[in-house]
Amino acid sequence: MRRVYMDHAATTGVHPEVLVEMLPYLKENLGNPSSIYSWGREAKAAVEKARARVATLLGAQAAEIVFTSGGTEADNFALFGVARANRKKGNHIITTKIEHHAVLHAAQELEKEGFRVTYLPVDKDGLVRGEDLEQALTPETILVSIMFANNEVGTIEPIGELVKIVKDRNPDIIFHTDAVQAVGIIPIDVREIGVDLLSLSGHKIYGPKGVGALYIRRGTNIKPFVVGGAQERKWRAGTENVPGIVGLGKAAELAGIEMTERAQHLTQLRQALIEGIQEKIDHVRLNGHPTKRLPGNVNFSFEFVEGESLLLNLDLAGIAASSGSACTSGSLEPSHVLIALGVPPEVAHGSLRLTLGRENTQEDVEHVLTVLPEIVAKLRSMSPLVPEGV
Amino acid sequence: MYSEKVMDHFAHPRNVGEIPDADGVGQVGNPTCGDIMRIYLRVKDDRIEDIKFKTFGCGAAIATSSMLTELVKGKTLDEALAVSNRTVAEALGGLPPVKMHCSNLAADALHAAIMDYRGKQVSK
Ligand SMILES: Cc1ncc(COP(=O)(O)O)c(C=O)c1O
Ligand SMILES: [Zn+2]
Repeated sequence: MRRVYMDHAATTGVHPEVLVEMLPYLKENLGNPSSIYSWGREAKAAVEKARARVATLLGAQAAEIVFTSGGTEADNFALFGVARANRKKGNHIITTKIEHHAVLHAAQELEKEGFRVTYLPVDKDGLVRGEDLEQALTPETILVSIMFANNEVGTIEPIGELVKIVKDRNPDIIFHTDAVQAVGIIPIDVREIGVDLLSLSGHKIYGPKGVGALYIRRGTNIKPFVVGGAQERKWRAGTENVPGIVGLGKAAELAGIEMTERAQHLTQLRQALIEGIQEKIDHVRLNGHPTKRLPGNVNFSFEFVEGESLLLNLDLAGIAASSGSACTSGSLEPSHVLIALGVPPEVAHGSLRLTLGRENTQEDVEHVLTVLPEIVAKLRSMSPLVPEGV
Repeated sequence: MYSEKVMDHFAHPRNVGEIPDADGVGQVGNPTCGDIMRIYLRVKDDRIEDIKFKTFGCGAAIATSSMLTELVKGKTLDEALAVSNRTVAEALGGLPPVKMHCSNLAADALHAAIMDYRGKQVSK
């Protein structure tokens, strides 16, 4: 059976060139970067090379990159680290309703610790409105955290403009962006957009799982989150995940080199999928912004059908995708992102996210366009929600 | 995550469809929570002569609907009423704990359909 992986926003496979660079650090290069002998020095050099590569991708200085265990830790580091360091200045934090849980749940924890958090709404396409941000700012605001691109619907936020709104009001307010879905996929220059903190993760860009980084603009008032040893110049304790960091570095380098080419390929496949689905299936709704969206993201709601049963049928046909339905989340609530976009709950339950990657082909797209309409038709034939005549 | 039996009923659901002029119809759930089941009954001599379902819902919801129809087809109404959500889940070889909510609808929909039928009998 033909197998088609279209869940690259969930995770990607390690690029062969990334694996080649990682392998020595899983085998003979066993040193701890903190050790002074040659093994240690070699490991240290490898970590620093990776740091420089990540910095180059972002237009940052190497000293501004701190490696973490992934995107989640980078997000937690940003929120808890800034909140704790700036508590005396104010107790107000602004974020959005469409953040990843790595940010949302951290914000909710901070609420329990006495911080006041504003969750900005978004428009029907998932964009944060500058006016809403402007109105939410108070003299007590210490941190704004807005994601660069949304993981479910792919909408790309106007981060540069939003940073300007915040900094024009008060340059001391710290701006964090969760760019896990955007780094290495679309161009990001931290100097140009002016963010103070930025989270990224290895496994969304053909690097390994369990490694990420937080960009910390020099001079940003933040406290460490993971404490212990003196690694990462005391910014993040714990023996470095050397093979992971090396892999992230290589993945970042390749992403920089191949970005334009990859984005063109993905955009072409994305448009073929979007147009094909709209042409072949009625009663569908494209979720997210039509053009300001990640090159590999396709997110549709299919009315009258439920997302998990779509996913299971696609899986039976060898296709991997994801959904914002409640029944895939283990709760009774459909995706908080789709709800924030104003999608009615019953339509949100019928959402399907297909996220493309570098190894996907036009044939993969055609395969999905053959299989998907049959599955939707089958599920609709057994749905009590289908009105007469559809 | 699902047992083989669940996947079998999900991939090849039994008794899907509608019964025109059914003797009893029951529907439970709502679209907001993500699962809706509707059961159609044809009753003869107090027995379920035919049963069909339509379900909007996840794998567990579809599989339990299908399993339920198999379990009660040919049974008397009282025997059918004795079939609980748990009976259905057990007949499927169990369901993941997070899916109990979805599976709790099937027997409820059947009971609603039987009540609908009995209500109509009384008013006749
Ligand atoms: C937007 C966003 N933030 C954070 C994360 C968490 O990253 P990680 O899986 O590396 O912890 C993800 C990945 O699922 C994501 O998509
Ligand atoms: Zn369900």
